[in-house]
Amino acid sequence: MSSLGFECVNVMYGEREATFAFTDHVRPGEWLCLIGPNGAGKSSLLRAVAGLVRYRGRITVDGAPLDARSPRRRAALVAYVPQSPEMPADMTGSEYVLLGRNPYVSYFGAETRHDRALVADVLERLDLADLGPRRVGTLSGGERQRLVIARAVAQEAPILLLDEPTSALDIGHQQQALELVDRLRREHGLTVVSAMHDLTLAGLFADRLALLHHGHVVSSGPAAQVLRPETLSEFYGVSVHVLHEPDGTVVVVPRRSTLST
Amino acid sequence: MTFGPESSASGSPPTDRRPRLWWALPAAVVLLVGAAALGATVGPAGRISAANWDIIWNIRLPRVVLAGIVGAMLSLAGAGYQGVFRNPLVDPYLLGAAAGAGLGATLVFAFGRVSTSHWVVDPLPLAAFVGALAAVLVTYLVGASFGGTGLSLVLAGVAVASLATAVQQYLLLRNSDVIKEVYSWISGRVSTATWSDVRLVLPYVVVSTVVLLLHRRHLDVLRVGDEEAATLGAEVGRIRLVVVVAATLGTAAVVSVSGLIGFVGIMVPHLVRLVCGSSYRVVLPLSLVVGAAFLILADIPGRMIEHGGETPIGVVTAFLGAPMFIFVLRTRKAGA
Repeated sequence: MSSLGFECVNVMYGEREATFAFTDHVRPGEWLCLIGPNGAGKSSLLRAVAGLVRYRGRITVDGAPLDARSPRRRAALVAYVPQSPEMPADMTGSEYVLLGRNPYVSYFGAETRHDRALVADVLERLDLADLGPRRVGTLSGGERQRLVIARAVAQEAPILLLDEPTSALDIGHQQQALELVDRLRREHGLTVVSAMHDLTLAGLFADRLALLHHGHVVSSGPAAQVLRPETLSEFYGVSVHVLHEPDGTVVVVPRRSTLST
Repeated sequence: MTFGPESSASGSPPTDRRPRLWWALPAAVVLLVGAAALGATVGPAGRISAANWDIIWNIRLPRVVLAGIVGAMLSLAGAGYQGVFRNPLVDPYLLGAAAGAGLGATLVFAFGRVSTSHWVVDPLPLAAFVGALAAVLVTYLVGASFGGTGLSLVLAGVAVASLATAVQQYLLLRNSDVIKEVYSWISGRVSTATWSDVRLVLPYVVVSTVVLLLHRRHLDVLRVGDEEAATLGAEVGRIRLVVVVAATLGTAAVVSVSGLIGFVGIMVPHLVRLVCGSSYRVVLPLSLVVGAAFLILADIPGRMIEHGGETPIGVVTAFLGAPMFIFVLRTRKAGA
């Protein structure tokens, strides 16, 4: 189990800053969900942790700065599930998941028997064994999404980043994918940081939400605290009902704008 | 930027039943040996006998071997380029190698051909080799100055190739007496091959081949795109640089002795992909062997089709290769 620390992180695109002094400490095994309108900086933060964009400030894993690591070491610490993964259609499911072993293969080496056995085991444990011999191009959106998560699991990184993991899925597959992540988190002690648009699902699965607006954190805490109608109205410019179910679930329901005027 | 078999697989059977490398490679080697045997025995001087052994050894064999080396190198380099640029329609001339080599050769023809006939080193292959490397180097420097991504390199390659071609055309117009020679060189030839040509290119080709084959696993990782590959721990920029340098070195070497033989570098890897799938672990070694066999075979008809000399092999590769390519494309589509 590993913690993920952000200290005054300004994600930079050239000279433009996408976040401003983002500071947070994600505890080992915790699930932090970044929410906020488009362009708020959610994806930028995930991409900074994944090493895809420059940033000022410090991002640390278990207290050690991440940018001091080699790309392979970083990949062994952080697994990244992009919003729309590029999946070569004629790779088989197993070949695709095997890509997750790349950080452990030496430059001129090849995957070992252990790597292949681990991939088979991951597919088995995620109930995806039947996808192993199939070509990725023949799979449905939900199957592909689970395969990408399987690749991240095969990466054996203690930190899992999910960028809009459910945006392309129907409600059943959304839940299936998030249940899978939650199970992995409990079984493997993964620390999860996700960016999500669906506020109800975000509140349902994450331990803690951070609401970003124009690169600033404007609210952070448990779902019941962040998902308040006045907060959402202020930063999303929407009018919503927020319902509190008896089991603690916070449900965000949009209202017709004509009713709010 | 990915198309072809990458996106057309949705209609294929759900499980993976493609030929495996362990039997596809030996099959390709058998094809290569057959092609080489045919290439050594077919020609105006008739079949093998003790009397014409000299012809076989000094004329046909170097020609077969050189055609094999050139075909193997262009196909492998093409596959390598396709891997790092994630585009199956790319050839090893993408970053300006062909235009640079063409310019180098044209310079020699235009200014030095007569006066250099007594030189110890033939300046023609040297100029083509240096021209190809210089063009790719300029492309890389220009491309790196605006980002160094795959796209910026390709754009820089287009600019550098256009510039080199423009200079070449200007030189040709000023020296119209060498147009035929230059054109013949550009069309490619292995008919004048000698063992010294083979010795000249072999070291470069061996180095390039070894480096490229060692990167076939990395090319598979790059298939998920630069960014995802980076999150999987791949040093994308370094891999691309190493593969481009190796492929360019090999390409420049073979171009310097054989001229510009087109189409092989695109067609052979694509043919392999259609039959055996797109994994570079399969595509690279198979392209090497199939490319060698293909160019040896393509060299045979040129000996028979007379036009006051042999038909350039570059013409034959396109003339035979294009219909064959369409045929394979059609049968695979029908079978899929």
